[in-house]
Amino acid sequence: MNNIQLSYNIERRDFSRAGEASSNIKKALRQLGVNSATIRRVAVATYEAEMNIIIHSEGGTIGVTVDVDKIRIDAKDTGPGIENIEMAMKEGYSTATSEVRELGFGAGMGLPNMKRCADEFSIESSKGNPTKVSIIIYQ
Amino acid sequence: MLVKELIQALDLEVIAGIEGEDREITGVYISDLLSWVMANLQAGNVWITIQTHVNVVAVALLGEASCMIIPEGAEIDENTIEKANQEKIPLLRSKLTAYQLALKIKEASNLK
Ligand SMILES: Nc1ncnc2c1ncn2[C@@H]1O[C@H](COP(=O)(O)OP(=O)(O)O)[C@@H](O)[C@H]1O
Ligand SMILES: [Mg+2]
Repeated sequence: MNNIQLSYNIERRDFSRAGEASSNIKKALRQLGVNSATIRRVAVATYEAEMNIIIHSEGGTIGVTVDVDKIRIDAKDTGPGIENIEMAMKEGYSTATSEVRELGFGAGMGLPNMKRCADEFSIESSKGNPTKVSIIIYQ
Repeated sequence: MLVKELIQALDLEVIAGIEGEDREITGVYISDLLSWVMANLQAGNVWITIQTHVNVVAVALLGEASCMIIPEGAEIDENTIEKANQEKIPLLRSKLTAYQLALKIKEASNLK
C-alpha cells in the first residue's frame, strides 16, 4: 500500500480558523479507519502544532503521512524561531501575550503535550530561523 | 446518561447543536485552559468552560466531548453558536457555577 499524505497551510494569527486543520486531519484519519486511541494522539499533536504556528510564527504548514504501521506529523513554519528550545519544552513556559492567554491559549503545555503523544519527537529551531517539529506515532 | 437527559435534569438552556443530544455522557471535565482540555478531556465528557469563542468548538470536537456547558449565564459569541450547530455538538448554558453544575450532574447521574 502507498502511504497517504495530507497537507494544510496555517496562517499566522488566524484565530477564526484555529483548529480547522487538526479537525480535518482527524476526520480524514477516521475515514481511513485508524483506531481511536491513535486518532486521539494525532489530534492532540496536530492541534498543538497548529496553535503554535498560529500564535507564535509567521505562518507555516502541517503535513501528515499515514503509513500502515505509523503516522508522521511534520509542522514547519517560516520563523521567527525559538531561542532556547530547552526552556520552550518546559511545562508552563510560554511567551504568549495576555490577550492570547485570556482566550485560554498559552498554557505552556503545547510542546510537552506533543512530546507525550509521540513515540518519536524532534524539534529543530533557532532564533531567526524556521521551527520544524516532527512526530511519529506508531499505530 | 444521555445529553438530552442531562438537559432535562438540570434544566439547561440549549444554545446550539441539539442534533447531538443522543450522545452518551462518560464524565465531567472542567477547565478553561485549552491545552489542558486537549490533553485530559476524555471522550464523552461534559466539558464545562467559561471560554465562549469559536475555537472551543474545535477543542470539544477533537477531544470528543459529549457536550459543552457554559456556566454563570456567560455570553456566547455568535460564530461559536454557528459552528456548534454545523458540527452538531450540543452547546448548553446554565446560570449555575461550574462547581454547582458538577454537583448537580453527580446527583442526576451515576457518574463518579
Ligand atoms: N512555531 C513556533 N515558533 C516560534 N516559537 C514557538 C513555536 N512553538 C513554540 N514556540 C515557543 O515555545 C513556547 C512554548 O510553546 P508551547 O509549549 O506550545 O506553549 P504555548 O504555545 O502555550 O506558549 C511558546 O510560548 C513560544 O515561545
Ligand atoms: Mg502552544
